[in-house]
Amino acid sequence: MAIYINENTRVIVQGITGRQGSFHTGQMLQYGTNIVGGVSPGKGGQSVEGVPVFESVFEAVENHPADASILFMPAPFAKDGALEALDAGLKTIVLIPESIPLHDAMEIMNYARQKNAVVVGPNTFGLVSSGSSKIGIMPNRYFVPGPVGVVSRSGTLCYEIVGHMVENDIGTTTVVGLGGDRVVGMHFIDVLKEFEKDPGTEAVVLVGEIGGSAEEEAAAYIASSINKPVVAYLAGKSAPPGKRMGHAGAIIERGRGTFESKAEALSEAGVKVADLPTVVPPLVKAALSGQ
Amino acid sequence: MKLYEHLGKKLFKRYDIPVPKSKLVENADQAAEAVTELGDVVIKSQVLSGRRGKAGGIGFASSPAEAKEEAARIFALDIDGFVTETLLIEEKIKIEQELYLALTIDGSSRQPLVLASLDGGMDVEDVPEERMIKWPVDVTLGLQGYMVREICRRMGVTGELRKEFVKFLPRLYRMFRELDAELAEINPLAVTPDGLIAADAKVTIDDDALYRHKELPRISEKTALERKAEELDLAYVELGGDIAVMANGAGITMATLDMVQHYGGEPANFLDFGGGADVERISQSLELLLGSNPKVLLLNIFGGITRCDVVAEAFVRVKESKGIELPVSFRLVGTNEAEAQEILGKEGIKTFTSMDEAVRHAVELSSNS
Repeated sequence: MAIYINENTRVIVQGITGRQGSFHTGQMLQYGTNIVGGVSPGKGGQSVEGVPVFESVFEAVENHPADASILFMPAPFAKDGALEALDAGLKTIVLIPESIPLHDAMEIMNYARQKNAVVVGPNTFGLVSSGSSKIGIMPNRYFVPGPVGVVSRSGTLCYEIVGHMVENDIGTTTVVGLGGDRVVGMHFIDVLKEFEKDPGTEAVVLVGEIGGSAEEEAAAYIASSINKPVVAYLAGKSAPPGKRMGHAGAIIERGRGTFESKAEALSEAGVKVADLPTVVPPLVKAALSGQ
Repeated sequence: MKLYEHLGKKLFKRYDIPVPKSKLVENADQAAEAVTELGDVVIKSQVLSGRRGKAGGIGFASSPAEAKEEAARIFALDIDGFVTETLLIEEKIKIEQELYLALTIDGSSRQPLVLASLDGGMDVEDVPEERMIKWPVDVTLGLQGYMVREICRRMGVTGELRKEFVKFLPRLYRMFRELDAELAEINPLAVTPDGLIAADAKVTIDDDALYRHKELPRISEKTALERKAEELDLAYVELGGDIAVMANGAGITMATLDMVQHYGGEPANFLDFGGGADVERISQSLELLLGSNPKVLLLNIFGGITRCDVVAEAFVRVKESKGIELPVSFRLVGTNEAEAQEILGKEGIKTFTSMDEAVRHAVELSSNS
């Protein structure tokens, strides 16, 4: 089982003719993703990796119905692309670009809420339901089916942890990248809620980092509403205050968003917090065997 | 990008937000001159530190002689590591009451958030939670009249002041939206016989939106290397240790630093060259790091959108052109790993597959050298 997407999810790639767009279209097809069309204004009629290219999202869905879209457009054009996908009726939008202006992100999220759609990102690796479909840029080989749901604010760190899990024969149901920006479409709570309902998910791994309050909010939610075991890893223990650590959201401001505050809140909610990425697999194994 | 107070106030004026009369000066003599024009004045250091007031960066004067003395005192101060380059000399306004007003971007609600309180002029953290009114604005609706009236009701603002406030807040909101601000904070917002006046201005513009605000000045509070990194569009932070760290992705870079510290080492920096970098960009990152004169170089590459062979090629290129003399601990796995091993193998460069081993090796190297 999985959440958000599965082998039946029909996907459109916006910005399919670009370098990243075409490369990852090939990678997604290899993984088994059901890509039904691409969009690149001015390049309609071409094809990329055997996928037909259309002038607009509207034209693409006229040709073939779709459920989701993944965007590989440069940040200044991402708002236009995301609003188009939402207006054309797509219900899952994955925003790969980084550096989308905050005010643009707020407008995208607002329109998505009106349209009852889910936005993953921006500044995300996307999401993958292991063994059936991926809408994102993650390396294919680490995402093998298993009983653990993963939700993460960062990309490469998430691969690192999922990689350690795979080495220890622990696979995943769905892995979701929330995105590293300050305004993102989904928070830990939204994804935890889905994992709790998913019969295939037996335990959840949460990969967080300093900055903001999403981990603290997740801790409160886990304490009140999540019965499945949760294991966490938090990045940024050594980060100095007031410095932005790469991600726009990863900054300790006015004493808030510290590693200590997050680790403490999660521990109090019964979450096992791993000291190192390598400690995640044994903690997950223990959780799965009910210890 | 944080703006100096005087720049924030210049923007306020453009949006019809009243600010005190003022002069911007660069030395004590000019400060003295300004007093003859403005009368009783407040002298404010133009630094980006939030602790300006506590550090003594604000003074008062009623005569040119006093102004000269105060200005000289403030120019000599070290304010949180910042030195004052300019002073804002402002007419002293008659303050009857101090309010707090700010617009910020709220990650939880994904909306602009109005923060308003009758308790202005103090540290915002010291304002009791129930005295701070918070109103998320639906960004599609914009700030409507009823919202401002409701904020007033909750604050307990009535009568003449309410009339003023209902005019004032929409101007700040318009500026916040039009200029892609992350923060527009006025503390204190002064109630005076002449109406509401912004006595301070803290404005931060979203770096990612600067491309569409060519008219705004560019301000940087970074070190020379950090500025160089910014030009190259790299995420780089200096940390003061001796192990230079380079990785791909913010989370993994942070985790690498944490692990260095966990094993007893001291990271020199945070450098994330991001996803999908090409040879040129990775070479530039490496050169930047070598320029910081670390004792050990630690590279932690987990290739996803980043290709390992591209990283290997960049490493060899820099090694050949600039020479890499210092000890290196190199971890490399993921996309095109085999091709990368081949490139590096020819040069006799060994790599680790585990992050844990690579970090421990780097810490060992740093304690030996």
